[in-house]
Amino acid sequence: MIYDPIDIALILAKIGLVFFVILTLAAYLVFAERKVLAWIQDRKGPNRVGPFGLLQPLADLIKLLTKEDFRPIGADKWLFYLAPAMAAIPAIMIFAVIPFGAPLTLFGHTVPLQVADLNVGLLLFMALSSIAVYGVALGGWASNSKYALLGSIRGLAQLISYELSMGLSLVPVVMLARSFRLSDIVNAQSGCWFIVYQPLAFVIFLISIAAECKRIPFDLPEAEGELVAGFHTEYSGMRFGLFFVGEYINIIVLGGLAATFFLGGWHGPWLPPAVWFALKVLSFAFLFIWMRGTLPRLRYDQLMHFGWKILTPLALVNIVVTGWWLVLRG
Amino acid sequence: MKILSDIAALLTGMWITWKHIFRRPVTIQYPEEKRTPYPRYRARIVLTRDPDGGERCVACQLCSAACPVDCISMQPGEEADGRRYAEWFRINFARCIFCGLCAEACPTLAIQMTPDFEICKRDIMDLVYEKEDLLIDGCGKSPEYNFYRHAGIGVTQQRGEGIEEKRPVDVRSLLP
Ligand code: SF4
Ligand code: SF4
Repeated sequence: MIYDPIDIALILAKIGLVFFVILTLAAYLVFAERKVLAWIQDRKGPNRVGPFGLLQPLADLIKLLTKEDFRPIGADKWLFYLAPAMAAIPAIMIFAVIPFGAPLTLFGHTVPLQVADLNVGLLLFMALSSIAVYGVALGGWASNSKYALLGSIRGLAQLISYELSMGLSLVPVVMLARSFRLSDIVNAQSGCWFIVYQPLAFVIFLISIAAECKRIPFDLPEAEGELVAGFHTEYSGMRFGLFFVGEYINIIVLGGLAATFFLGGWHGPWLPPAVWFALKVLSFAFLFIWMRGTLPRLRYDQLMHFGWKILTPLALVNIVVTGWWLVLRG
Repeated sequence: MKILSDIAALLTGMWITWKHIFRRPVTIQYPEEKRTPYPRYRARIVLTRDPDGGERCVACQLCSAACPVDCISMQPGEEADGRRYAEWFRINFARCIFCGLCAEACPTLAIQMTPDFEICKRDIMDLVYEKEDLLIDGCGKSPEYNFYRHAGIGVTQQRGEGIEEKRPVDVRSLLP
């Protein structure tokens, strides 16, 4: 197979663009979260650095980079250093399979706005989000601290349980689209979004991704107030920053996936496709921030009970019903 | 159904936080906007003077004994006429917890709290206030009170000449 240099350049440009946009967006999501939480609590939020506090992410970055890089005595050196990257990198890699706009035509080439259009895109997403669990597990285990260990044990149990219901809630989507390829899933929704056929699967997926990105009310692995900061208690400086930014990248990516699977991806009237996609992702991000400002944290047994006894059976029933419905419709 | 009422409870919470997003923040932007503290706010401590301009403090050590963090110290001295004063008087504001017990303990109302709460310093030693920094030219919160006019027998007035003080009784007049 021979590659055109323009093709390669375009792919590299896409990768660069995605990296830049995701990282900037994640940094500003932190800022947006602080602002929205402040508004919810009748405060003003960060407003000192730059106009309206807009340079706050930059200031945070400088602060994180200049902090002491601390490693506790008895910590497993390599795993301790590796874990933050294991949390952040899979999160950003998932974005490779998400189509974020309609295909463009540039220099006579059709450019799909998607870094890699794999025919197993959905499975790759499941696999990468499972790898991200290692970041939590190893980070807490390698820290040699009881809080971090408890946090990572909780994280492990939570992420694995909710990954199950997340995966099961996506089966009906695959059945409807008849493909694991994300661009096919998006194209299958050009007429009607899957949320109309699968409202239950959408709700299950939404709850599961809230648990996957360890957001309140499912923030048990971190649970400040019980576990100091959970699995990243012992991390400081940019290593903590990687965990932190990884979490926000996760929000963007999982929001993007929710939009892709249920809200028609980049499909939408009047506005350009990329704008529609961004709007959908940002509204998911806002929903998560809003939830964080409202809901209290679940208890550990409630979390397990909810995941295993409610979400997973519901998702299974949903699959069976969808199967019957597809067969009856022919 | 329990699940329905649970969902309703969640949505009510979400609705309340949604409404709060559009509320006006209650934040006071501190260095630019300042809130005026109440007159009896307990902040920077001063030593006041009596209405005649004399120092009220008689260096009785009661304030320093009352202070829970032991941040007041002084050296008592005595004038030629017998009036006591503090040779030096020192409050370490780096240690003071602004509890106001010193002001309550003071019999002469010399030591008083003021609402001036902005006493941050770059160097912690600058927070040690000496008598010159503490002594003000006014009477503070009780403008009429003059301790010596009540109790300064033999110093500012003769026996029986103080305010609300009866002349000494001539004991011989009581004899039967
Ligand atoms: S306010 Fe309290 S802590 Fe401060 S000097 Fe007076 S007694 Fe001591
Ligand atoms: S300030 Fe008041 S309590 Fe303290 S030594 Fe002076 S007179 Fe006594």
